Amino acid sequence: MSLGPYASFIVTSYAAAAVVVAILIGWIVLDHRNQTQRLRELEERGITRRSGRSAMDAP
Amino acid sequence: MTLIDLANPTRFLALTARILPWLAAATVLLLAIGLYQAALAPDDYQQGATVKIMFIHVPNAWLSMFVWGVMSIASLGTLVWRHPLADVAAKAAAPIGAAFTFLALLTGSLWGRPMWGTYWEWDARLTSVLILFLMYLGLMALWRAVDDPSRAARAAAVLTLVGAINLPIIKFSVDWWNTLHQPASVMRMGGSALDKSFLIPLLVMAIAFTLLFVTLHLAAMRNEILRRRVRSLQMMQASRVAFSGDIGAGSRGQNASNEVGAA
Repeated sequence: MSLGPYASFIVTSYAAAAVVVAILIGWIVLDHRNQTQRLRELEERGITRRSGRSAMDAP
Repeated sequence: MTLIDLANPTRFLALTARILPWLAAATVLLLAIGLYQAALAPDDYQQGATVKIMFIHVPNAWLSMFVWGVMSIASLGTLVWRHPLADVAAKAAAPIGAAFTFLALLTGSLWGRPMWGTYWEWDARLTSVLILFLMYLGLMALWRAVDDPSRAARAAAVLTLVGAINLPIIKFSVDWWNTLHQPASVMRMGGSALDKSFLIPLLVMAIAFTLLFVTLHLAAMRNEILRRRVRSLQMMQASRVAFSGDIGAGSRGQNASNEVGAA
């Protein structure tokens, strides 16, 4: 596959899309880990929801 | 499970836990197929290989407007129906929409340099998309500026609905004003102007990116629900500390009065 004289523009476009999507995925995964960790710490200190269920519960 | 059941955040979390792995797998598969087809697509007779930028630029440009549309519907859900997940959906979508808009601007600029001879031109299409990007950033700043999510939600919902005026301006800017940007060539009266060898990879990439958005959006909504649970538990903890402090101060005061009485 030859990308011709403007290969750098094509490759940069695809690379930028890959980097931005990777940053989005990384941010969402880290945020989930962070929120789950904070909920676990609060529940270990005895702070629970009024329903008594774990805040990380999904029925 | 009905739509009303999804109003319950706990049920929503259960649903996302079940479907996120399938959505992620479908996204990866479709992206792989789309990228493979994009790599094999022939060169354009005028643009040469730079036409391959279209397969990444157009899906991001579509999604930049689609995400604002989703946020506008969610904003109606906040203001009219007060759906408990509406503002969660709107808040979670903003950074993802901003990222897609940024990519649309960047890849458009990288496509424009070899084809138009310039990275940027202050014409109607490019400027209106830049305004959309700035509105995404403004909305994210608004969410961060107000501590109480329900108060922030109403202000953000109004701003989102006002900002939706920009969507038809972006869409029809190429018809209403003279612009370097080409007119609509995929969705237009009389059918697509693109040859099948370009249209099929483009549609596959568009569906793949839309699935990517749905996957990321559901995951970000799940995070936002957990963040709000953290906040409410922290407030509960703070009120317990304050309450026990009051009890402590009250009992100390009672002891003091007893001592005074004893004296």
